Amino acid sequence: MTTHVLSDTRILTGRSLTHILRSPDTIITTAVTPIALMLLFVYVLGGAINTGSDESYINYMLPGILLITIASGIAYTAYRLFLDLQGGIFERFQSMPIARSSVLWAHVLTSVVSNLVSVAIVIGVALIMGFRTGASVGAWLAVAGILALFTLALTWLAVVAGLSAKTVDGASAFSYPLIFLPFISSAFVPTDTMPAPVAWFAENQPVTSIVNSTRALFAGEPVGSEIWVALAWLVGILVVAYVWAMSIYRRKIS
Amino acid sequence: MTTEAAIRVQGIEKSFKDLHVLRGVDFEVKAGSIFALLGSNGAGKTTLVRILSTLAKADAGTAIVNGLDVAANPGEVREAISLTGQFAAVDEVLTGRENLVLIARLRHLKNPGAIADDLLARFSLTEAGGRKAGTYSGGMRRRLDIAMSLIGNPPIIFLDEPTTGLDPQARIEVWQTVKKLAEAGTTVLLTTQYLDEAEQLADRIAILHKGTIIQNGTLSELKRLLPAATVEYVEKQPTLEEVFLTLVGDTGETETDEAGRTDSAATAGKESR
Repeated sequence: MTTHVLSDTRILTGRSLTHILRSPDTIITTAVTPIALMLLFVYVLGGAINTGSDESYINYMLPGILLITIASGIAYTAYRLFLDLQGGIFERFQSMPIARSSVLWAHVLTSVVSNLVSVAIVIGVALIMGFRTGASVGAWLAVAGILALFTLALTWLAVVAGLSAKTVDGASAFSYPLIFLPFISSAFVPTDTMPAPVAWFAENQPVTSIVNSTRALFAGEPVGSEIWVALAWLVGILVVAYVWAMSIYRRKIS
Repeated sequence: MTTEAAIRVQGIEKSFKDLHVLRGVDFEVKAGSIFALLGSNGAGKTTLVRILSTLAKADAGTAIVNGLDVAANPGEVREAISLTGQFAAVDEVLTGRENLVLIARLRHLKNPGAIADDLLARFSLTEAGGRKAGTYSGGMRRRLDIAMSLIGNPPIIFLDEPTTGLDPQARIEVWQTVKKLAEAGTTVLLTTQYLDEAEQLADRIAILHKGTIIQNGTLSELKRLLPAATVEYVEKQPTLEEVFLTLVGDTGETETDEAGRTDSAATAGKESR
């Protein structure tokens, strides 16, 4: 049975990607809010924000906007998983001779694909608005890797929410605090302008190190030790969320 | 004797916290027969089906399906069964045909497209095959649901309240499908809360009440449990169901063509390997 893990995952991923192709609004709505925030910050608030660097403000805040894009996008994974559980198709899959883990992995891989598409849309708009980067191919790949890892980690959290939710609203509500986290980080303003306790939180939460690393990569600057902090956070969240999701899943199916 | 029984259930118990849903259930289902589990809501029918189809684990007792212990060999049991749950488990975003192709591919069968087209034809869904399953009527969804369960020719099929929520015509269609299935050699275990459904379909009927089987036998055996029939003269009035069916035509489905559905529906799985 386990020999079918890859093919089963591929088939089921194809299924949920079809869902997204049939309702592309899930990608559009994921991209609309970050784009609106970007317009607001660049054209309304940005002029009054002193980032303390020579970079244009859109260059400064794009990494944070990309994280917000992903944080709102993963809510759809929880939503789709919840609908599968409710509709009975989940039980059909569980009663069939298919690899148990492929049902979850299909949703996770679909999330990675759809979120990277949303991110690409947001970057496209940012380029129109004047975002410029001298990043090398290697730096771009590194950014893509960080964002993919961020998506994976948050998607497994979304799986936890989708598996344990009692209502559709509950399945997606968990993402609101995640969307809010970048605001209390170095994403929009430098942390040293914040009151001490807030600054302490901002500097020690995962978003700041991820944003700083991405910003440095886009600017073609050395990432320094910040990247290791970012990777530690990302891998740590991923492992915890994965183990948590899997233990709920195992309880659910046995 | 053991080779005859497709399903053997012995002393199955299951509790949810303080609620003892199943308190020692025993029965056997002969291969190729239709076995009805009759019980009111909350009698434990669905819990039992979930245990037999490897979706839940029993607290005590053994269940052997197709010669395999469901607790010890769930993976192999899944190869031998198909579950049609209480709610039509179709993917509403996919078309009817895509639903069938999906299941055929997940069962690793060759020519999933041909299997899908074949089943669409047998269940009179060919015209609707290109439409999203979300747009189907209740009866069509249930037909698609059962068609999905036949893919891969599983020798044992569980139908959990297959006609709940269906209109009278759709109900008769499902009945005919189930009869043809058994004629083709598939073992069918169905649960129902409708007495007439058990009477119409089942070779044997077991009554599940408060977590145990209180009676198990053929229809005539069950009837013999009551005092001998007395003769009364009663004016025969048509039931509303009879009136309704006469007015709209017995199995008339408005949206799809009739031809050949019922004759071939049940043999679908047999040939789709």
